Amino acid sequence: MTSLYDEVSPAPAADVPTKRVTINVNGEARTVDVEPRLLLAHLLRQGLKLTGTHTGCDTTSCGTCTVLFDGRPVKSCTMLAVQADGHEVETVEGMSSASELHPVQEGFKQEHGLQCGYCTPGMMLAAKALLERNPDPTEDEVRWALSGNLCRCTGYQNIVKSVLWAAQKMRGQNPEA
Amino acid sequence: MIPAAFEYTKATTVAEALAALQAGGEDAKVLGGGQSLLPVLRLRLNAPSVLVDCSGIDEISGIREEGGKVVIGAGATHHAVMNNALVKSSVPLLAQATATVADPQIRHRGTCGGSMVHADPRADLPPVALALDAEFQIAGSGGQRTVKAAEFFQGPFETSVGPDEILVSVSFPKYDGWSTHYEKFNRTAQAWSIVGVAAAVRMDGGKIAEARIGLTNVGGTPMRASAIEQALVGASSLADIEAAAARASDGLAPFADDDADEEFRLHLARVLTKRAVAAASGLK
Repeated sequence: MTSLYDEVSPAPAADVPTKRVTINVNGEARTVDVEPRLLLAHLLRQGLKLTGTHTGCDTTSCGTCTVLFDGRPVKSCTMLAVQADGHEVETVEGMSSASELHPVQEGFKQEHGLQCGYCTPGMMLAAKALLERNPDPTEDEVRWALSGNLCRCTGYQNIVKSVLWAAQKMRGQNPEA
Repeated sequence: MIPAAFEYTKATTVAEALAALQAGGEDAKVLGGGQSLLPVLRLRLNAPSVLVDCSGIDEISGIREEGGKVVIGAGATHHAVMNNALVKSSVPLLAQATATVADPQIRHRGTCGGSMVHADPRADLPPVALALDAEFQIAGSGGQRTVKAAEFFQGPFETSVGPDEILVSVSFPKYDGWSTHYEKFNRTAQAWSIVGVAAAVRMDGGKIAEARIGLTNVGGTPMRASAIEQALVGASSLADIEAAAARASDGLAPFADDDADEEFRLHLARVLTKRAVAAASGLK
């Protein structure tokens, strides 16, 4: 099956020089030659085959392409890959270890924080960044932190519960209590 | 959507950026945080042949106090501005308006200077600059010049920054003893203003002694409501504010779009001016 974005050739235009960039992606240095116009989201998905980063609206509105750029959530569809040279990028693939889910991922599982799942990678990364800076957020703070991420299923109630579940777990409390 | 091909140059100093703009000719564009430019390129509404990336120029990224003014480097992100202690204490109106810009992801990349130079008629920061008489420092091959906010915004998406110039910083005077409020109306948690009002007042003996009002998205540029500023002097109650704010729509000729028709925008100008001044002054 071919997705819309597989049809976009990663081959550079002949008359524009490519740039060699080294980006730390999920803890690993990746060196690639990119055309300047290549969006970070497309490098991740097509060049590095990290298809957990979704692309949705193409208008910088939906947030499903959210990745952590030097630890802060950004929209990878609204950054050039060349701008990530020398920086750290974390995608949803970097959240879990081989055997263990990140508490935020566990929270989304426990509290049913997804329906179709399309917005989930972006939601989880935005939530992870929030909890790293604010381990004990209020419901309101969770909602503001996720306000750049749209859920087409409108499943916000459980998404917020999932993040609060993860916050408790990360603080060493029992979220089920 | 994929942008049309362009050449990319990363500048690390203002001098490098200016040289790259000159070399790139009139088709070269400055890339700041990219939160407005990249969507434009992706939709191919514009296709510059050269992009000069100014997002990594340290000398224009800081926020500092100088000569009694708060100087915001053009490359300071919205996130940096709204969380900066100096901005929060000395230009709280800017911090408050910045916190309403778009969403957290965009505020991590987008810049104060970029928002000003993009000059979208719906933007939240231009009316703050106008109301507070901010000054814009612009660098070009002939050196640096300063432009007042009243002359900076020239039309929709048009400022006094020339094609071979870059914005270096925006200076906000400190208004000690003033209180401020930004009132924005939109339909979703994170969106452009349908109308927004930036208000600053100085109180004296329970009355408004001086007022400054800037409106956004009621015309092609941010608007200063000078007549209302005069009418508010002496106001000592919410009724007084309402009477003055009733004239906030005088002389405006807003456009209609999917969000609001002309009449609704005029209504919002009056109501939001009342709310912004009431909140800033604390009058009941």
